[in-house]
Amino acid sequence: MRPPGAARARIAWWLTICVAITVALTLGGLLVGTTSMHTSLRWILAPGAQSSIVLWDIRLPRTVGAWFVGALLGLAGAIAQGVFRNPLAEPYLLGTASGAALGVTVALYASGASVGALAWAAQLGLAGAAVVGACVAIVITVALARGVLQTSNLLLSGIVVGFLLSAVTSLLLLTKPQMWRTMQVFLLGSTGYLSWSSTSILAAVFLVCIVPAVLLSRGLDALTLGEDTARSLGLSLPVLRLAMLGIVCLATAAAVGEVGIVGFVGLVAPHLVRETLTVNHRHLLIASPLCGGALLQAADLVSRWIIHPAELPVGAVTACIGGAYLALLLWRRTRDA
Amino acid sequence: MPELVTSPSENPVALACRELVVGYGAHNVLDGVSLEIQTGCWTAIVGPNGSGKSTLLRALAGLQAIRGGTVWLQGRRLGAWPRRERARRLGWLAQSATATDLTAAEVVALGRFAHGGWLAHRDVDDDAAIERAMRATGSLRWAARRVSTLSGGERQRVHLARVLAVEAAVLLLDEPTTHLDPPHQEDVARLLRLQAHGCGVAVLSAIHDLSLALTADRLVVLGEHGLVGHGSVREALREDWLSLAFRTRVDVVEHDGVHLWRPAVAALPP
Repeated sequence: MRPPGAARARIAWWLTICVAITVALTLGGLLVGTTSMHTSLRWILAPGAQSSIVLWDIRLPRTVGAWFVGALLGLAGAIAQGVFRNPLAEPYLLGTASGAALGVTVALYASGASVGALAWAAQLGLAGAAVVGACVAIVITVALARGVLQTSNLLLSGIVVGFLLSAVTSLLLLTKPQMWRTMQVFLLGSTGYLSWSSTSILAAVFLVCIVPAVLLSRGLDALTLGEDTARSLGLSLPVLRLAMLGIVCLATAAAVGEVGIVGFVGLVAPHLVRETLTVNHRHLLIASPLCGGALLQAADLVSRWIIHPAELPVGAVTACIGGAYLALLLWRRTRDA
Repeated sequence: MPELVTSPSENPVALACRELVVGYGAHNVLDGVSLEIQTGCWTAIVGPNGSGKSTLLRALAGLQAIRGGTVWLQGRRLGAWPRRERARRLGWLAQSATATDLTAAEVVALGRFAHGGWLAHRDVDDDAAIERAMRATGSLRWAARRVSTLSGGERQRVHLARVLAVEAAVLLLDEPTTHLDPPHQEDVARLLRLQAHGCGVAVLSAIHDLSLALTADRLVVLGEHGLVGHGSVREALREDWLSLAFRTRVDVVEHDGVHLWRPAVAALPP
C-alpha cells in the first residue's frame, strides 16, 4: 500500500530538478550585482580580500536569505490553503503580510531605529512585533469572514484587512518623514538588507515552522474530506487550526520582518507543486518551500538584473509574476465553471 | 452512574440514546428520541426527507451539539470518551462523498488515524486493515488514483472503505448507497450485513431505498414529528410504521421471503 514506484520516481525527479535550479540560482546570485559578470566571475575564480567580502558577506547571504524567505512564504501559503480549504489563500491575500509590516513599522516608530543593520536583539524584537501584527491581522480576517472560510468571503476580508493595515502603516510613516525613505523600500519588499545574522534567524524560524507543519500534515489531509469527517477520525480541529495558523503567522512575520512585503510567492509555489505532482499534504508542505525558495531567488535575480546596475524592489517583481498568475488562475476557474 | 439500558433482544447494546433533543435555531428536529443499537445487528433508519435521519446520525456520532438527553457508547457517556478512543470505536460516513486530491489509498489510510495519532508510523496492522477494507468494498484497483478523478459511485466505495478501515465497533453511515447503481447498492447492503453478522459490528445507516432498508435486521422509523417506531422489520410492517411516517399508504409485499416496497401505480388508467 506504499505509493507506487512511478509516483515515487516522479517525486525524485521533481526534487532533483528543483535542487538543480536552486543551485544554479544561487550561483547566479553570486554573479549578478553592481559589478559586471566578468568581474564577478574573476572574483570567484581568483578571490581577493575585498572581493570575498562582496561575494561571501553581501551576495551569498542575500541569495541564501532570499531562498529562506521564499521557502517560508511557500510553506505559509501551502498551510493556509489547506487550513482554509481555499486554493487562493496565502499570506499576502489574507492580510497577514500587511499585519506583520505594520508590526515592524510600529516597533521602529516607537524605538526610533531604522531598518537594516540592526543588532541581533533588535532584529528579534522586530520579528516579535511582526508576529504580533500577523496574528492580529489573521484574527480580524477570520472574524470578518465569519468563519465561512472556503469561499471568496475570506479573500475579500483578507484584502480589506490588508488595505486597512497598510493605510495605518502609511499614516504612521507620514508623521515621521525621516522614516519614510527607508521604509518605502522595505514596504515594497527588498532583499537588499539581508545579512548572515538575518539569514540565520530566517533559517531557525524555517526549521521551527516546517518540522511541526510536516508532523501535523495528515490533519490537513483529513480536512480535505470535510470538517465532520475529520472530527469523526479523531482529530481536534481547534488544535490543528491554531497550530497551523500559528505557523503561518510565524513564517509570514519572519519573512516580512526581514525583507518587507513580498506578495504572491505563497500563492504561486503550492500551485506549481500541485500542477506538477500528485501530492498529499506531507509532500506539499515539503515541496512548496523548495519551490518558493527557488521562486524568490529567481525574482531576486530578476530584480537585480533588469535595470542593472540599479535594482528593483523584489516585491515589485513577485507582484508582477504573482499577479499575472492569479489572473491566469481566475481566468481558468471562470472558464471551467 | 449510567443506568444501563437493557435490550429486548439478547445482543448487547453498543450505542444508545435517551430523550435526545437536537435542533437548529428555534426548531427541534428531534425531540425526546430514545434508541438502542445492538451489537451484531444492522439497523436502518428510514423516513421522509427532513425527518432528521442525518441529524440523528450526526448527534449519535458526537458531531452535532445536543440540546438535551444523553448518548451512551458501550455503556459510557459519549462525551466522556477521549477523542481518539471514541474515534476508534465509532466510524462515521458523511452523506456526500467528498472529492479530494488525495489518492484512494491515502483516503482509506486516514481511517487509521485514531489508531496511531500524529506521530505514529503506519504499521503492519494498519496496512492489513487498509487492504482488507479496500478489498471488501472493491476499491482496491483504484488505490493509486486521485479520488477527484473517480466517479460518484467509486468515490462512495472509497469512503466506505475508509470507514471500514477504522475497524470500529459501531458504524454510523449516512446514506451509504447514494450514487451507487442498484447491483452495487446490494453489494453494500451485503457488506453491512456481513459486518454486523460476521464481525459483530453494530451498524446504523440511513437508507433511502425502502426495499433495501427492509433487508436490514431492524428499523428506526422517523416521521415529521420524531420517532415513529423502533424495532424489527416484522414489527415495523405489522404496526405499519412506514405509512405513519410517510403520511401516505406504503405498500410492502413479501416475495420469496423478501419484503419489497410496491409503488402505487395501480391508480393509473389503463
